[in-house]
Amino acid sequence: MIRLPANLDRKACAAFFVALFSLFLLVPGARSQDAAAVVDSIIQAVNPDSLPPELYPQAVTNVEVKDTPNDAGKSISISWEKSVDDYENGKVKVYRIYRSEIVDGQPSEYKEVGDIPAGLDEYSFQDGNTVDGLEYSYKVMAVNYLRENNITAWEAVSVTVPLGPIKSSAQWFDWRRINAFIGVILLSFFIVYYIQQAKSGKDLFIRKIAGMEAVDEAVGRATEMGKKIFYVPGLSDMDNMQTIASINILGRVAELSATYETYIDVPVCRSMVMITAKEVVKEAYSKAGRPDAFQEDQVHYLTDDQFGYAAGIDGMVVREKPATIFYMGTFYAESLILAETGNSIGAIQIAGTAMPSQLPFFVAACDYTLIGEELFAASAYLSKEPKLIGSVKGQDVGKGIMLAAIVIGIILETFNIWHFSRIFSVID
Amino acid sequence: MRREIPLIITGVVGVGFLIQYFIPHAPFSYMSDWFSDWFSIVGACAIVLGALNLLKISAQKAIKRKKDWVYSLVIIASFLLIVIVGLLEGKDFRVAGTNFDWLYNYMYIPLSATMFAILAFFVASASYRAFRARNFEATLLLVAAFFVMLGRVPVGDVISNFMPEGWRLSNLASWVMNYPQSAGQRAIMIGIGLGIVSTSLRVILGIERSHIGGGK
Amino acid sequence: MSTKAKEILTLALIVVFCLVFYIRKVSGGEGIIFSPLVSWLVIAAMIISLLWVLVLTIKGRLISRRVVFVYVGIALALPLFMPFSQKIPISPEVQALYDSVKTLKPGSKVLISFDYDPPSAPELQPMAESFIRLCFERDLKVIIMGLWPQGPQQANMALEKVLSDDKMKAKNLKYGEDYVNLGFQTGNEFVIQRMGTSFESMFPTDYRGTSYDSLPLVRNVKNFSNIEYSFNLSAGFPGSVEWVQIAVDRYGVQLGLGNTAVQAPQMYTYLNAGQVTGILGGMNGGAEFESLCHYKGKATKYMLSQSFSHMIVIAFIIIGNVAYFLSGRKSALKKK
Repeated sequence: MIRLPANLDRKACAAFFVALFSLFLLVPGARSQDAAAVVDSIIQAVNPDSLPPELYPQAVTNVEVKDTPNDAGKSISISWEKSVDDYENGKVKVYRIYRSEIVDGQPSEYKEVGDIPAGLDEYSFQDGNTVDGLEYSYKVMAVNYLRENNITAWEAVSVTVPLGPIKSSAQWFDWRRINAFIGVILLSFFIVYYIQQAKSGKDLFIRKIAGMEAVDEAVGRATEMGKKIFYVPGLSDMDNMQTIASINILGRVAELSATYETYIDVPVCRSMVMITAKEVVKEAYSKAGRPDAFQEDQVHYLTDDQFGYAAGIDGMVVREKPATIFYMGTFYAESLILAETGNSIGAIQIAGTAMPSQLPFFVAACDYTLIGEELFAASAYLSKEPKLIGSVKGQDVGKGIMLAAIVIGIILETFNIWHFSRIFSVID
Repeated sequence: MRREIPLIITGVVGVGFLIQYFIPHAPFSYMSDWFSDWFSIVGACAIVLGALNLLKISAQKAIKRKKDWVYSLVIIASFLLIVIVGLLEGKDFRVAGTNFDWLYNYMYIPLSATMFAILAFFVASASYRAFRARNFEATLLLVAAFFVMLGRVPVGDVISNFMPEGWRLSNLASWVMNYPQSAGQRAIMIGIGLGIVSTSLRVILGIERSHIGGGK
Repeated sequence: MSTKAKEILTLALIVVFCLVFYIRKVSGGEGIIFSPLVSWLVIAAMIISLLWVLVLTIKGRLISRRVVFVYVGIALALPLFMPFSQKIPISPEVQALYDSVKTLKPGSKVLISFDYDPPSAPELQPMAESFIRLCFERDLKVIIMGLWPQGPQQANMALEKVLSDDKMKAKNLKYGEDYVNLGFQTGNEFVIQRMGTSFESMFPTDYRGTSYDSLPLVRNVKNFSNIEYSFNLSAGFPGSVEWVQIAVDRYGVQLGLGNTAVQAPQMYTYLNAGQVTGILGGMNGGAEFESLCHYKGKATKYMLSQSFSHMIVIAFIIIGNVAYFLSGRKSALKKK
């Protein structure tokens, strides 16, 4: 919408319409969406007689409107080159973007849809409030104003001709993610390939994971001492892969505990983890041939609160003095609190997390730590199932490819060749 | 069918989510929003199960006078106090000045802050017990830890004031954080990312089934 | 004296210590500040006692972890009463964040996400206050939101503190025009994702229940493309990692981070990759930022305690290694 203050006199209005009419006569190509904007200054002031012409900024140029690519629609992108008066302490203070709907070939009233303060090198604006299929036209206004104590004394503007019509639409593929798509296909191929290799009977090597080698010893120790095993599955819910990995390991550990007739206590932080863990432990006891030994209270909920959970587990550890404690899953600041408390009672502690910030604490305080991806490989390691080991192998091939890419990238970038590394970044 | 249905649901939803990351067009663009909304709804309902489980176990312990049953009474009393006070306050229970706000500010916050503060003491005791120069790598780690611990506080520059600019402890600490530490973090994060992809694929393809009760 | 008696005595001293200060505060007494002489005597006493612990260790009498706890407690508490101040060197990542805010023009919109709760407030609240203060000083418009339930409450506390300043009162800042608190929204990283298309869909009303459309500051803010800068204060999940992965990588947002000291090391990878403009890491980062803003907040005041506690930890690591090497020599001699 073009601003016209209420007290603008008739002469000024007439001058404005004459200027606008001349513009449309003189510039027939101005409506093309990719055409450069033609400058037109509109008289805009509280009192047109008192505002000198040098206060009006030059309009922007090279305005481009297009349907925002790689999106779900309902968005149009507008970009422009800055006004020549856009510099430090220059005339342009802000740019305003106006939009109108085109109905039956006629633009409706222009309404402001956004503003960007001046001072940048490049300008672009995304109007995310359009309706797909509807035609729109846009204008960009360069504004000079004087404001004191949040009150505007005057404004002088320059506005471009309308650009459009343009429609927004949704795309069927996000081309910015083509590199991720290729990566997923490649990695999935290797994982599935090695799973097939494993299924066909090929012996695949997987190195020792010290923490998992110690599970037998840890459970055995608890059995000998006649004490409990604690299994802490972390703070996240079932939507986190670390929790799923933890529950997978819980199944194996619970089966071992059931075989040795050792009580395993699983305090959880999330209700859905409680439900899943209960089923897993129950199934593990059945697999071990001891369904009668399973007790419903073995898996119990404490609280969703991080430090309430830590306090609850600490209290249980200090009072019940388990012989073995497993920490598997997502942990945050409470990791060291839990691990140090377990250490103080002399329990054997095996931890595993994919939280890089908590790994140092577990390494310092626990007897064995599964670092990052070892947590995800642990389930395959414990079960020794060929298909699971095959998937770990495929994952390793992916890592090999990443290693090779890093080495190649370092060499190329040392010689100022940046194209290779750009493959791995988000493509604009 | 008890295992097949969850596997089918997992597979279909897993593949669907994978596809929606690359396809912005509807209905794929709405998938993640729908599922996150439903996950929040299911999670919110599931909280009730957890709370009831906690109350049930605590009540049983208290009634049967099992070991440490007094703590179970504390759990029940605290739980009921917060719930009842919150309900009595109505929809503005979080507004400043309410009884719930008082409990939050003078009980919950100090308790949480205390638990977090314990970390400072445990860091010291863990460092005292675990940081040993057992071998070359451990010594290197120890030296780096000294640089970072001293460089991250102003006293480090006071101690190393005699060193030329760029070689003081704060500069060394910055160098350690920006280069060796970042390299290690990146390596771990790349490994974790690949591990997550592999585990996710195993779950989607139904190869990993322990989380739905295991079995073949 | 038996161990139990020592424990009870230590506990009793701590309780008396706390009671004295509490009674003094409640009765309106002035804060206790040691004189420089007393402060140096306290420091000397601590050094001498640490040397004594070292001597005991050399003699084979290892100290228990409770002694370590007492020393850490003293190292954290006593510097609060000392009149010393420290010159705070500025690290490149903090300077980079400050410089990126300085390039913003007056009127630019800054989105601040409060993704932490009260336990992390000692580290992050000073950063929040100094950042908001800097924004208001530079006439930037502040839009606040939170992915953690207590985040917006922490934001209100920070706003209240900043706006109570005389300099800020003179600016006559108005809610809805100069700053807005959109409140908390559940959904973790999905909230960030949806904000990429529409802020209003995630925050139909602000923290007070006012509709989004009726707030002049955000009325025309549709999505991230209408925001000039974002600052995330994070203590965990959801937090900085999600903001980088979604807001920066997908929507090209300019992002600065304020993290707890534990989380900060993980963020350096994003800083070096150019995905974030700067990082304030822990209380140290907060103190450096306060120094750049020429403001002495809580982070600056507590840095002396942090310095002391770091030195105590280093001292105990040295004592522990002395014990380790001595026990290694003893067992080697025994074998011979």
